[in-house]
Amino acid sequence: MLNWMRLLAVARKEVTQLRRDARSLYLAFLLPALLVVLFGYAISWDVDNIRTAVLDQDQSARSRELLDAFRSSGYFTLTTRLERSADVDRLLDRGAVSIVLVIPPDFAEALDAGGTAQLQAIVDGSDANTATIALGYAGAIVQAYSARVRFQGSLAQLPIESRTRVWYNEELTSRNMIVPGLVAVIMMIIAAMLTSLTIAREWERGTMEQLAATPVSRAEVVLGKLLPYVAIGLIDVVVVSVIGVFLFGVPFRGSVFLLMVLSLAFIIGASGLGMFISAVARSQLLATQMAMIATFLPAFLLSGFMYAIDVMPAPLRALTYLIPARYFLVVTRGIFLKGVGADVLRVQGLLMIAFAIVGLAAATRVFRKEIA
Amino acid sequence: MTAAPGGPAVSADGLTKHFGDFVAVDQVSFEVRGGEIFGFLGPNGAGKTTTIKMLAGLARPTSGRGTVAGLDIMTDTRDIKRSIGYMSQLFSLYGDLTVDENVAFFTRLYGVARERRAARRDWVLEMAGLTEHRRRLTAELPLGWKQRLALGCAVLHEPPILFLDEPTSGVDPISRRTFWDLIYSLAEQGTTIFVTTHYMEEAEYCHRLALMNRGKLIALDTPTHLRTGMQEPILEVRVPDAPRAVEALTGAPGVIEAGMFGRALHVAVADVAEAEATLPARLAEHGVAVEGIEQITPSLEDVFVARVRAEGGAPVD
Repeated sequence: MLNWMRLLAVARKEVTQLRRDARSLYLAFLLPALLVVLFGYAISWDVDNIRTAVLDQDQSARSRELLDAFRSSGYFTLTTRLERSADVDRLLDRGAVSIVLVIPPDFAEALDAGGTAQLQAIVDGSDANTATIALGYAGAIVQAYSARVRFQGSLAQLPIESRTRVWYNEELTSRNMIVPGLVAVIMMIIAAMLTSLTIAREWERGTMEQLAATPVSRAEVVLGKLLPYVAIGLIDVVVVSVIGVFLFGVPFRGSVFLLMVLSLAFIIGASGLGMFISAVARSQLLATQMAMIATFLPAFLLSGFMYAIDVMPAPLRALTYLIPARYFLVVTRGIFLKGVGADVLRVQGLLMIAFAIVGLAAATRVFRKEIA
Repeated sequence: MTAAPGGPAVSADGLTKHFGDFVAVDQVSFEVRGGEIFGFLGPNGAGKTTTIKMLAGLARPTSGRGTVAGLDIMTDTRDIKRSIGYMSQLFSLYGDLTVDENVAFFTRLYGVARERRAARRDWVLEMAGLTEHRRRLTAELPLGWKQRLALGCAVLHEPPILFLDEPTSGVDPISRRTFWDLIYSLAEQGTTIFVTTHYMEEAEYCHRLALMNRGKLIALDTPTHLRTGMQEPILEVRVPDAPRAVEALTGAPGVIEAGMFGRALHVAVADVAEAEATLPARLAEHGVAVEGIEQITPSLEDVFVARVRAEGGAPVD
């Protein structure tokens, strides 16, 4: 059975050691704040200010109107005016612009005659994502302009008028989605990295031998070591969230209490994984590297943070169920943006608790005290 | 949780440990009586540490049986750890904790009752002579002090049995002497001490000695009996060039074994009188002048070498 005096003695010892270890302190308190600031600024999926070149062969009031519509949308920045069609290749080759709009000489003439005018858009497709979005924006702008030209001065209406409303992230800023996701990704990395050092350190420094010679049990060591790191993890969640809300202006609509409770479950799981790695690796260097690989890439790529899980190929999608950050990501985005409660996040919560139990059991099991 | 009255404090019966194909400890059997200082002597790699780890519950025997304080080493390791103190070969306290913090940590791990903790801490600090240095980081202490602290942390819970694995290796002779004074005072208070060493002079301090080589127990007796029970007499031969003299005497008639011992030679011979007569001439033939020759009481090293020879093997080193 667990003996609390021994468990707390281990926790207390761990705190004392942590206080004297600058590297762990940096990892525990500075790195999470640094990461959220860094990634918060660096990662953005918003496509705006697309660099655009124009070859206006018409030079009419109509062509200027159309270009104004592009400019005022905010998505396109007209950087270059071309004189000859031969320059188009050169610009796209160099990557100086992402899109070139070519307005033919008879543009205004065709419009004013009530016919159909041509507009050519040449897009740099080497970045498929940006290209698709740019074409979408261009299409919408042209559509709107066409409608304006056709129905100018008339009372006729379009047969269908759509009125769209976006919920949760009204301005569709990608940052609002990224920052809550970062909370999950960063906590996964930090919690596992910190704990991955603890058992390996005892092996490396030979202190495991003295520890093993006492009546302390494996579970007491694992849980005792876990305690301080879980506390640090919760502090980090607060720090990262506060930076997200106040520096990046991300909305926080849900319950702080619920976020902390679910964070607790998640951090215990991530720390358990770190402990498990630590017990297996027995060397601090190896353990950190393993923890990095086991947390960083999956949390980034397979949690739904970078890429939507729904569009992944089936085998990868199946794999994501094993990534606890996947569940925590739903929790953070849900609480930050949607303000949802425990009723919605129940499944995620239970899965994270299951992961925590498995992680701790595995760490305790694999951690042999036998000194050979 | 002490041994049944009259029962041995520690017993081993056919204790064996394999690491893959390597047999580290081979069918070792012995008994340690309550209150005695029991020494394990042998070169590095002889299997002393593995034996001690099996007894202390840190390694699982491949086969054989053993008891510590009347408890089975296969099944009762948790309880054994409550009844013993253990000090490992390498310093294994926390270097980044202070003396006080290390003591406090192990006091709690050993489950010393709250009201006894302060008294035990003071006793240990006093014993180890570290009261003045209690707030220093352990890593900063000289090795001899660290060893005393390690000993102190091993006896915080007043265990009836203490396992010390080469407690003085790498420590200067004066610290070693101080350390043995501590061991004696613990033994006087009734603690059974099981100690391994490869220092011959330390082995002399033990009440009884087990000699170990290549995983096997090759002799077990008091140091005096081991020495006096030796079959062949030993001559000490003082010469200016010991290595050359060893070469000259190895395989010579009447010589069982010749080896360097400090700056002199220890020669095991079949017959003292005959050897005293023939050896100087033999050495002179090889250009070695003899400065003195006399029969001596065999040292433990002589005993060890003779026992290894009797077993037909060379000591590992």
